[in-house]
Order: sequence, then C-alpha cells, then structure tokens
Amino acid sequence: MDLAFFSVQLLNGLQYGLLLFLIASGLTLIFGIMGIINLAHGAMYMIGAYLVYDLTFRLGSFWLAILAAIPVAIALGLIIERLFLDTLYKRDHLYQVLLTFGLILVLNEAQRIIWGGDVHSVPVPELFSGRIQLTDNLQYSHYRLFVMGVCLALAGVIYWVIRHTRLGIIIRAGAVNRDMVEGLGINVRTLFTLIFSVGVALTAFAGMIAAPLTSIAPGMGDSILITCFVVVVIGGIGSIKGAFWGAILIGMAETFGSVLIPSLASMVIYLIMAAVLLVKPRGLFA
Amino acid sequence: MTAIQQPHPAQAAVTPLVEVRGLHTYYGESHVLHGIDLTLLPGETLSLLGRNGMGKTTTLKSILAFVPPRRGEVSIKGQSTAKRRPWQLVRQGIGYVPEGRGIFPGISVREHLIMAARPNERGQSPWTLERVLDTFPRLGQRIHHDGSLLSGGEQQMLSIGRALTTNPDLIILDEATEGLAPLIRDEIWKIIREIKASGIASIIVDKNIDNLLEVADRHVLLVKGEVVFSGDSRGLREDPSMLETHLGVA
Repeated sequence: MDLAFFSVQLLNGLQYGLLLFLIASGLTLIFGIMGIINLAHGAMYMIGAYLVYDLTFRLGSFWLAILAAIPVAIALGLIIERLFLDTLYKRDHLYQVLLTFGLILVLNEAQRIIWGGDVHSVPVPELFSGRIQLTDNLQYSHYRLFVMGVCLALAGVIYWVIRHTRLGIIIRAGAVNRDMVEGLGINVRTLFTLIFSVGVALTAFAGMIAAPLTSIAPGMGDSILITCFVVVVIGGIGSIKGAFWGAILIGMAETFGSVLIPSLASMVIYLIMAAVLLVKPRGLFA
Repeated sequence: MTAIQQPHPAQAAVTPLVEVRGLHTYYGESHVLHGIDLTLLPGETLSLLGRNGMGKTTTLKSILAFVPPRRGEVSIKGQSTAKRRPWQLVRQGIGYVPEGRGIFPGISVREHLIMAARPNERGQSPWTLERVLDTFPRLGQRIHHDGSLLSGGEQQMLSIGRALTTNPDLIILDEATEGLAPLIRDEIWKIIREIKASGIASIIVDKNIDNLLEVADRHVLLVKGEVVFSGDSRGLREDPSMLETHLGVA
C-alpha cells in the first residue's frame, strides 16, 4: 500500500466514520437517556435517503430537497415518539424491541409502497461534483470532503450543546438518573421527545447526505443499524464523545479491514468490540 | 397509642403548603402507607420520624408523585397533585434533596448548581449561585470538580445548594445527615437552621432526634406506615415513651 492509496483509504475511513457518528449519536442518546432500544433507527437512515431522492426529482435541487426533508424527518420522529414510545418507557426492554422491530417492518413496507423495490441513486450536486488531485493517478471527491466537513461541524455543534449548555447538562444528567432530573422540576417527557426527534433527524440527515454516495435500496438501514450499535457499545452507552471516537474507530476498521484483510473484513468490528469490552466493559467513555 | 395534636386555630386559616389526607401507598401488592395525614404550613419545619422501613421516604415520594398513592389526597399550595407529574409539583416551589443525594457522575459542581436554577413562582431569585457559594464555601473551592467525587458531606451540601438554586418555598430533605462525620453533620444542621431562618419551609427526615427536636416546629412519627404522633417538640418531649418505644431513644 503506497502513501497515496493509504491517504485515500484514510479519508474514506474518516468520512464513513463521521457518517456513522451522525447515526450513532442519535442512537446513543435515545438508548442512554431514554432507555429505548430503537431498532427502527436504521430505517430512518433509509427514509432520509429516499426522501431526498424523491424530493430532489420533485424540486429539481438536492439542496432544496434536504431543506424540505429535514422537517419531515423531525415530524416523523415526533409522531413515533408520541404515538408509540410514550406508553413503553416504564415497560421492559422486550416491549420496546418488539415495537421498534415492528416499526422496521412498517417503515420498510411503507418505503416499498411509496418508492417501490428498485434501487435508486441521487446525482452528486453540481457544486461539489469536482475532484481533488491527490497524486498523478489518485483523486478524491469534493462531495466526500463536503460530507466530512458537515459531519465534523455537526459533531462540533452536538459536542458544544452537550458540554456547554444547560440543555446539555440536563441531557447528561438524564443519562444517569432520570428520576432525579424530574425531581429538579425538569420535564423529562419533553426532553425525551426532543432527544428522540433530534436523534431521528440526525440519522435521517445522514441518509440524506449519504444518498449521492451510495445506492438507495430497500432495507439499506438494516446493516448500518448493527454497525451503529457496535459503535454505541464501544463508545459507551449515552456518551456522545464515545459515539464519536467509536464511529471513527469502526469507520477506519471497516475501511482498512476490507482492503488489508478482506477474508476477515466482516468480523473486524466485532473483534474490536469484544476487545474493548474485555478491557472496558462499559465502553471507552461511559 | 396515637397522639395527634390539632393545628393552632390561627394557622388553620392559612392555605397549607402541603396537605396530605388518608394516604395509602403500595409497592405492588405491598401496602406501605396506611392512611397518612399531615399538614405543612408556609415557613414551617416538619420532621418525619420513624425507624427504618416505617414509610418516611415513601411518604415523601408519594407527596412528590414519584410513587403515586392508590388512595387519599395530596395537595400542594391548595392544588391536588392527582394525575400530575413530579416535575410539575416540584415547579410549584419544592426543592428536593433525596436520600443518597442524587448527585450526577461526570457533572461538575458548577453544572449541578446551574442545571435547575430558576426564579420562584413570584419571579424572585433570592438564592443566586453566588449566595449558594457563600453559604457553602467548600463548594466554591471545588467548583469545577466532578460532583460525584466530592466527600459525602460536600455532596450533601451540593444537593442542598442545588435545591436552593430553584428558589423553593419548601425544601424536602430525606436523610439529611445520614452517613456523615459528626463535624459535617453539625455544619449541615447549621445550614438547615439558616434555611429555616430565611423563611423556607422544610420536611426533614433524619435520625438525629436532638437536632430535629430543636429545629422542627412539628413532628410526625410513623410506625408501620401509620401516624402514631403528630405534634410539636414540647408534646414529644412530654411523652418520652413515644420516643423510647418507637425510636429507641432513652
């Protein structure tokens, strides 16, 4: 592996890891604070991608499609939380798993009814259609760099909110002791709705900006869900910092794993998870 | 034997901060509170006495709707607490210092003191961050420390300070000095007296009977989820058998 090829893989790993972070950050907040195991989180990634595919062709602009799709994703999260999850907070995780698994089936079926079973794609927006020249024969897409920049900016915003605002303190406290947060006069129900909606919007947004880079296909969120659970477990449940570093680690491991040890590529992330849990059973930053 | 003193006639006209009538609370099938009655007037200090497992903490949790009662009525400032969430009741002006202190790991002293800070229902904020730090200088010295890494006494101060930043009319202290060194206990009791002097009402659960007899205006003694005594310190002192039988105080 020469330096240029290594650099491209490094950038790919970083870009994939940052995208994973967007999805995993919502998952870790929903799991860590609300105690909800949201199996439908990956389906929201798929819905985000399909929304932007549909709206790009309707509105004629990828950017307008994103602007229109974000409120739809937030509204969908709000509806799911209020209609379905509200009654399950006090119940065993099994009920949540059954419900959110049911939601996967409903969302996947809704996707088939609305958009069909074909594989689709979204063109890379004109503004970022160029490539940066790394070496004589290696280039890197502007759009991938843009995705990295957006993900890093969002990671910064999430980190700032969590570490430096009153809302962030309450979210961190809620991850430890929800009853005590309520005992301080804070409306935990509203906090849950906010977290769920933002979490769903983040993962849907990840699907939106990933749409020009990937095939938009039925069930595309299922495999990424498992990877994101691995990220959350490695980073520590409820930890945004953990989700970030866990996502970068897994992004790199998957990218380099598929190049360096293709025969073990599918196992690499689970081996890393096992190793981390052996050393730190609660995850790296729990 | 049950001894219930009636409130002074002049006080009867005042809307109680907390009024509990015929409270029955269960944990599953286990019937824990058997018809508790108690009244707390504005500015008053009330102690909840009783051995372990007699229902003191459950009474507090029922008042705050953490463990909703199956029967009976609780009202705060004249409003029924039925079908209301704990946060809504706390927002009526209650500062809650739970058993175990409720300090969040990974959150600094300063963050604990700003996370729930708000003016009272009248829009006033007599308990600012600065005033809390003046009252608890030890917290000021550890302002950026992780709250869960403080000593037990400092954590209790932090829990009380956090409750004060909500500018409450009532502060509920469950096991106010449990597990603390004698010197720290004295410091906590001094703070409780300051809170009382500032006009904040309180409900205190603690095992230190001497301090409770001195600080509290009235006492409610629970035995197996029932009130066996409700009255002032003089009434309790005049009936030493009550303390001896139910609290083991000679």
